[in-house]
Parts: sequence; C-alpha cells; structure tokens
Amino acid sequence: MKLKKNVAVSESGLLFNPVTGESFSVNPIGVEILNFLREEKTDEQISEAILGKYNAEKQAFENDYQDFIGVLSHNNLIESHEETNA
Amino acid sequence: MSKQRYERPVIKKLETGMPNKFGTRTEYQPMTNIDGVPVTKLMKEYGSPLFVISEKIIRSTIQKAKKAFRTRYPRVQFAWSYKTNYLNSICSIFHQEGSWAEVVSGFEYDKAISLGVDGKKIIFNGPEKSEEDLTKAIKNDSLIHIDHLDELYTISELAEKFKARPRVAIRVNMDTGVYPIWDRFGFNYENGQAWDAINKIMHSEWMELVGLHCHIGTFMLAPSAYGVAASKLAELALSVEQKFKHKIKYIDMGGGFASKNTLKGAYLPGSDTNPTFDDFAEAISSALLNSNFKHENLPLLILETGRALIDEAGYLLGSVISNKRSSTGRRNTILDIGVNILFTAFWYDHKITPAQEFTNYSEDTCIYGPLCMNIDVIRESASLPLLNKNDHVVIHHVGAYNMTQWMQFIALRPNVVLIDMDGKPHVIRLRETVDNMNSMEKVPAHLKKFNM
Repeated sequence: MKLKKNVAVSESGLLFNPVTGESFSVNPIGVEILNFLREEKTDEQISEAILGKYNAEKQAFENDYQDFIGVLSHNNLIESHEETNA
Repeated sequence: MSKQRYERPVIKKLETGMPNKFGTRTEYQPMTNIDGVPVTKLMKEYGSPLFVISEKIIRSTIQKAKKAFRTRYPRVQFAWSYKTNYLNSICSIFHQEGSWAEVVSGFEYDKAISLGVDGKKIIFNGPEKSEEDLTKAIKNDSLIHIDHLDELYTISELAEKFKARPRVAIRVNMDTGVYPIWDRFGFNYENGQAWDAINKIMHSEWMELVGLHCHIGTFMLAPSAYGVAASKLAELALSVEQKFKHKIKYIDMGGGFASKNTLKGAYLPGSDTNPTFDDFAEAISSALLNSNFKHENLPLLILETGRALIDEAGYLLGSVISNKRSSTGRRNTILDIGVNILFTAFWYDHKITPAQEFTNYSEDTCIYGPLCMNIDVIRESASLPLLNKNDHVVIHHVGAYNMTQWMQFIALRPNVVLIDMDGKPHVIRLRETVDNMNSMEKVPAHLKKFNM
C-alpha cells in the first residue's frame, strides 16, 4: 500500500490532493502513518512503530489503522494494487 | 521512556461550500470533574452509566429564580414539581429552600406526605385523583386543583360526607397566542367553562375557592404568553371579587419554563437563546401588577417550575463501548447510555463532552446507546474528539424528567449520586438489581420447572 505520489502532506497535518482539489486535515498520528505509507512500510512495520511509541493495545490500533486506510481508500488517496503493480 | 498517549489516526475532509457564520460547534472542552470531584473517581466508585446531581447548582438555581420573582412581585411562593424529579433527596433540597410540594398523582401525594411535607402545603394537580386520594387531601387540608366537573362533584360529595370545606382552585386553559393550545387539562377560559366552574364552586357550601391555576405549556420559549395567561387569571379573580365579594388568595402560573437545553432542530444552543427567569418574571409580574388588584389585595403568586430548576444540576456519565462506521462511512459511537435512562434524548440535542483531555481534532459522530433497538439514538450528529473504547463522556442538563420517566428496559437503572455543598458524593438511589426486579414477580407453581 502506498500514498499517491502527487498527494501533498504538510507537517502540520494539511493534506491536499491536486487531482481532485480536495483538502483534508489529519491528526499527528495520522501524519506519521501517511509518512510510513509514503515510505512503503508494511502494515506490520507500521504497527510495530506505532505500538513502540504510543500507549495503545495492538488489537485497538489495528482496528483503527484499518478504519484509517478505509477512509484513505474511499477518498482515492492511496494507490490500489493494480496501480502499484502497473 | 514512557509511551505517549494514543489517539486514533483520523483524516477529515475540509468542507468549504457552506460556511457556518457561527463557526463549528466545539463540544470537546473536557469536563474532568463535577463540583471538584473527578469524573473518573465517581465512575470507578459508582459505576457506568451514572447520574450525578449537584446540590450546589440546585440551590443556586432556585435562589436565582426566587430573586427574579421577588424583586418584581411582593408575594411569591414556589412549589416543587414532583413529576420532574421526585427522588426524596432532591425534593428535600427544594423543601429546605422553602418550596411547597406540587403533585399530580396519589403516588406523588403519598411521597410528599412520607417525606414530612405539611398537607396544607401540598398542591394536588392532575386529571386523575381517586376518591381515596381526594379523601386524604381533604383531611390534610391540601390545595386541590380541580381538572374537570366530575372531580368537582366528587369533591363536593366527599366534603359533605366528611363535613369538611376543602380549599380548591380550578385549572384554567386558555389561548395565550402559543399553539397548539393545551386545552385537555382544566376548564377553558374563552368559552366560559372556567367561569361556569367558578360559579358552581362559589354557590356550593362544601368548597372554598382559594386559587386559580394555569399551566400553559411545556418548554415555553415565549415569556409573553405567561403575561397573557396572568392577565386572564387576574380578570377571572377580579370578576369573582366583584360578583361574590370573595377574594382569590393565589394565582398559580404552573410551570413550563424552558431550561438551557437545546431543542432538536434549534439553530443556536439553548444556553444562548432560551429565556431567563428574569424574562418570565417580568412578563408575569407586570401582568399582575398592571391588573386592577388593589395593592393590599394582590394575590400570592405560586410557581410550579420544575425543568428550569433542576435540568442544569443533572449530569449523566457514561463510557464508550465501541466506534464503528456506517455503510455510508459515517462515524458511529456507541455509549453505555441508552434512551431507556435518557428519555429526554427524544426532545433535545444534549450537550455531550468528553471527561478527559483530548487534542483539538474532532469528528462528526452519531451517538448511539447500547439498546438492541433502532430508536436508541442519543445524538444524531455531534462534533466530538476522537473517543476510544472505555473513554468517558458527560451528558449535560439531564436533571429533569429522566429520573422519573426512565424505563427498566432490558437493563437495570444505574446509581444516582448527589454531590453535596462540601463536594462529598452520596448515593441517593441505588442501582437496581435482578433481585429487585424478580421480587415483584410471582410464578404459578406449574411454571416453576421446565426441561429443554
């Protein structure tokens, strides 16, 4: 899974999609995850990094992570497997 | 190194199409304690969900209301509306503040008597008073507010039987400019029913007409309607004086003052827009003072305000059970607070705040209760911080009606805690148990055993 190349994310959590013109606000932990996705980290690596830094239960984080990825996907902010493989 | 507090990742689309000139509702200022007692401590000790009532807020509110009326009108008496919240401790606070009791059923009447209220200071309202109830009220010399002619005749018969002369008033309904008119209770002013009932009482030797009563509606947002009602009752009282040379001792304006809650569909929060005690007091006292009563004959003004006196003092604490998404992607949060204990969620968009610190990120969320029932919705839309499972929330302004209209539906009703003037919590109603519920049931012998 990878964040779309043209999507811009500021340090303060403003995300801009130039293709659709849509803007989003992201909280700090969300920004961290977006950066991991840009770096093409795997789900396991992301989970390990977040759980190492924050006081969260594994199951709870994984549910929240899947939910977050679902919203990114719904808004066309991540590349689908087909796009990634093309 | 200790780990940082976790907040779930969130991304929110920025909408720019329809800006709201009043800004986004921000309901994420946390409420971490109530009258100095930490919310987490209360929930740890008394469970979740939990009703918490502030004695401090009750006393300051009734004092504020009394001041609003007494600075404008010389003779004022409050009567605590039992149906709004009849927990014994709550009624006692109002009685300590000088309020009489206003009851609307035999059950409430007995409750007031068992609390030690002087029968002479009980106002007995409502459409259903049994002969047994009326007998008690007559013997205790309570103030009986007659709702219909059948009741009038029953009182007359009982009074004759007991050779008593009960003190009565009639409830009057009328057009005050607010519609629909509440005309199901009492006698109508405009069509002459009220005057007819008054004449029947005045010509009877078995009743003494001491007052006139109205209750024009509920959650009234127009103080002017009370002005109209007070003028009409004053006119009736003056007509009685003129025809029978009999002075009406009191005018009871009932209740119905709006609290600071926000009605569903209201654009602005009720705390900013709803009328104050001063607004209601100004309308009522001006109407009475401007009528033709001589100063020395001004009747006592009785107020049966309930909701506006207790709503703000009540909080409902609860916990997050789960977060999920609907089929449309909308955020849903499930609390352990359902409409079975928060009946007023059907009327108001209750203010909900988290009970712990959060960042300033928020999400538009639909708040559901825990009941297996589709109508169990606490807020259809609220902008709340990123609540996690087991986080605590505080629902505000729940003091009125919830602790009398709550339902024992599929779950047991929770503890109710009162925080006293010194910040000390007391359980004033215990959480129900399965044994409590089963103790009221009887199972016939042939149903006591089964093989499955």
